[in-house]
Amino acid sequence: MIKATTLAVALVMVAFAGPALAGPTLDKVKKNGVVTCGVTTGLAGFSIPDRQGKYTGIDVDTCRAVAAAVLGDPDKTKYVPATTQQRFTMLQSGEIDILTRNTTWTLTREGDLGFLFAPPNYYDGQGFMVAKKAGVKSAKELDGATVCVQSGTTTESNLTDYFRANKMTFKPLVIERLDEVENAFYSGRCDSFTADRSGLAASRAGKAPNPDDYVILPEIASKEPLAAVVRQGDDEWFEVVRWTMFAMIDAEEKGVTSQNVDEMKKSDDPEIQRMLGVKPGMGKSLHLGEDWAYTIIKRVGNYGEIFDRNVGKDSALKLDRGLNALWTQGGLMYGMPIR
Amino acid sequence: MTAKLRILLPQLLVLAIVVGLGAYLIHNTLDNLARQGVATGFAYLDREAAFEIGEKLIPYTSADSYGRALLVGLANTLEVGVLGCILATILGLIVGVARMSRNWLIRHIAALYIQAIRNVPLLLQLFVWWDLFRVSAPPPRQAWQIMPGFFLSNRGLTIPLPSFEGGFHWDIPHLAGFNFAGGHIVTPEFAALLIGLVIYTAAFIAEIVRAGIEGVSKGQTEAALALGLKPRQALFLIVLPQARRIILPPLITDYQALIKNSSLAVAIGFPELMAITNTTLNNTGQAIEAISLMMIIYLGLSLITSALLNWYNARLALKGMAR
Amino acid sequence: MKAIAWARANLFNGVWNTILTLVAGYLIARGAWMAIDWGLIHAAWSAPDGRACRAITNDEGACWAFIEQWYRFILFGRFPPGEQWRALIVVILFIGMVVVSCDRRLWRSAWPITAIWVVGLIVSFILMHGGVLGLPVVTTDLWNGLPLTLFLSVIALAGAFPLAILLALGRRSDYPIIRALSVGYIELVRGVPIISILFMASVMLPLFLPAGVNIDNLIRALVGLMLFYAAALAEVIRGGLQAIPTGQYEAADVLGLSFGQKTRLVVLPQALSITIPPLVNTFIAAFKDTTLVTIVGLFDLLTTASNSITDPQWRGFYVEAYVFVAAIYFVFCFSMSRYSRSLERSTER
Repeated sequence: MIKATTLAVALVMVAFAGPALAGPTLDKVKKNGVVTCGVTTGLAGFSIPDRQGKYTGIDVDTCRAVAAAVLGDPDKTKYVPATTQQRFTMLQSGEIDILTRNTTWTLTREGDLGFLFAPPNYYDGQGFMVAKKAGVKSAKELDGATVCVQSGTTTESNLTDYFRANKMTFKPLVIERLDEVENAFYSGRCDSFTADRSGLAASRAGKAPNPDDYVILPEIASKEPLAAVVRQGDDEWFEVVRWTMFAMIDAEEKGVTSQNVDEMKKSDDPEIQRMLGVKPGMGKSLHLGEDWAYTIIKRVGNYGEIFDRNVGKDSALKLDRGLNALWTQGGLMYGMPIR
Repeated sequence: MTAKLRILLPQLLVLAIVVGLGAYLIHNTLDNLARQGVATGFAYLDREAAFEIGEKLIPYTSADSYGRALLVGLANTLEVGVLGCILATILGLIVGVARMSRNWLIRHIAALYIQAIRNVPLLLQLFVWWDLFRVSAPPPRQAWQIMPGFFLSNRGLTIPLPSFEGGFHWDIPHLAGFNFAGGHIVTPEFAALLIGLVIYTAAFIAEIVRAGIEGVSKGQTEAALALGLKPRQALFLIVLPQARRIILPPLITDYQALIKNSSLAVAIGFPELMAITNTTLNNTGQAIEAISLMMIIYLGLSLITSALLNWYNARLALKGMAR
Repeated sequence: MKAIAWARANLFNGVWNTILTLVAGYLIARGAWMAIDWGLIHAAWSAPDGRACRAITNDEGACWAFIEQWYRFILFGRFPPGEQWRALIVVILFIGMVVVSCDRRLWRSAWPITAIWVVGLIVSFILMHGGVLGLPVVTTDLWNGLPLTLFLSVIALAGAFPLAILLALGRRSDYPIIRALSVGYIELVRGVPIISILFMASVMLPLFLPAGVNIDNLIRALVGLMLFYAAALAEVIRGGLQAIPTGQYEAADVLGLSFGQKTRLVVLPQALSITIPPLVNTFIAAFKDTTLVTIVGLFDLLTTASNSITDPQWRGFYVEAYVFVAAIYFVFCFSMSRYSRSLERSTER
């Protein structure tokens, strides 16, 4: 019994692993020649191993872009699959350098868990999908419905909040793995399926027996800005990750692509010249080589290319740009000026 | 004196090693925690849970606390655990005896069942059962009515319940909006979990029963038959009571395994202890507290199971046999 | 004639048995036909993608084309395709070592088996990890699929066995302190789900170690499994110890054997042979329980299979993927249980 009590006390004290090894991650990465990123064990479009076992996805490309900026080679990356429960401890313990695992930016995750979020690489929102034949036009009509939801995400509590706010009741069916949630919904076990809208669209396109039989309702239950995460207290590293995102967005805004980046070096636009290191200085400020952004764009691509390739028109998911369009086109993607 | 020392010394040595190791680990843990500035607490148990639970034996709403949500999960675990152990024992006994049947086909079907079930991971089997219940039943609006109040649909099987609110009457399930309201509903998740666990565990119990029966020396059966007992009487009166002694220790393991395996429900969406813990730690971020609390509860359940059966086992153990 | 007599004696002796035989026979035949219809007659063996495959089978048969496309990933996961031969050799080596160890002729002395395993494990590790002899390094996070499942289950059990024997003996020891420690450990570990032990090993083990010491995710899972199975095996062995008559101990004492000799020569051989069926249950359980390492982010066989069905091109072929994986598990587990049966028979005498 004493042993059990001691263990219990020890376990209790282990709560909240705070930021460990908070230190010069940038030096470590340069020394080891590899960027270690936490990714999902498989979410199409974001991070998923392909048939050859190679990870692809928008989160993976974010990681690759950081490797390109720091090490000059996007392939100098290592992907550690992390579960929803594991992801934060892995980052805290220093096992991974960045968490690129479709993680929602929230206050408690920065405040309590000791993290900082880079600019979102995907603005998402939680939505509801129903079968067309149910005749439901609005999420407000879902009173009494059975709702399928994946566990281990903020989606589950958002769901409860939404129904409470609208004074409706529901029965949740909470399942660990996404495929099984989808199986349950498409087989009619649930009246509605709730997830991030990108996920709903991806699921409808890839998994529904007949995509036209299902509609995604217009209501958005919550905001889900998905972003890369780093530890607090290592500002140098945070800046590298943050400006990697901005560089990709700015490159799209300026029309710099992986195809034309070499010609663009001759551009007269001073902002492009600074970005591509033709006018030196920017790289030094970040403690990187002057070709940091050039390498990102050349080897990984600008934000638009990454989006189209992984989740957009050139992918199986075929998602619209929507909120993820550039600010010049009515979206939220706004890269801070590189100067 | 030296004899006493000889007994005491090795024990103290082992104790010193274990205590030393424990102290070292705890020291490291404290050191690590202090360095990382870790805070902790179980205060979250009193906070509003703010998530809904699909199946509950005790009243609960999303405005209740995390502690209450945990109790709902525990009640669900107990429901599956108790029902599962009883049913698995019955099925295991039947299969175990069928395995030794004189009918060739029955004997081999039992063997096939045992081999097929034991040699495939439980998680996989739970998925199969769940798919079966969910896909083969109709949607609620086309539910099959078996008897008045008993509807079978992909939402589960509804059962009327007696109600005492405002005088005795039957609470008859009826279709209301998307789902059935009133009465009790046996969901596909609960059914899949229970049946999956029972069928899986029974295959193990059957083998234990067989080993137990074989462990009783053949002479016992022959003597019983020579005394004029029928084979069935010999089995139930002579062999099985003796086999219990061999059967019980591994049976404890199987009961505990069943209760612990119910945690796989998290994969098919039945809200038991593990699933509730999972949601709690995701919402609060207090993974270690939530997990250690869950471990202590499972430990308690296992110790109770073990204590009950060990007590029974001690009564069975013969003086000349066990020490 | 002989067949009829046999059927009479074994299938149709009495009304009750006849009914039982007929009903059971019908159900078996029907199930077998459904399986053949789905798995062979209406199945599609090759197709470029999921939609095309569904068009061929019309949803009435299996889409084995999925397995044809994905079997490499399911078996080896993210192991670099160019280096895959290494993982394949390791799988063959592991199976070979297990098969060879089953040969009872090698058991006369402990040396041959120990030597085989030590050499085999070193060779496997070098092959998997690389970094010497010009082999590129393959980090442990890429050790996926079948090699991982084999590696985890075999090493975890091999590591757990000595500890389990100590714990089982300790639990029956005359020394109260040793007994209390053994009971405490066994009940503590066996009392909680293996998932929570894995989680603890994965999340808390780093905290138990001195600052700056970081151990691999794979090793952490391995330690968790080992600690869990030591307790489970200990209880099984105890069941065997309990069944040995007191007379055996007394006889050994009379012969003047020391505790070590008594245990090694009299008690353990008897206890182990009595407990072979439950022991193999535990071994098989360990093999299947490696599926749970998915919760600590390792890609075992079941995880790679579930992963393959989330590919947008090939979504939803879960039945095919699970049948494929279940067949692999079955072959391994079934041969283990067959072996134990034969062993059991030969020790019965």
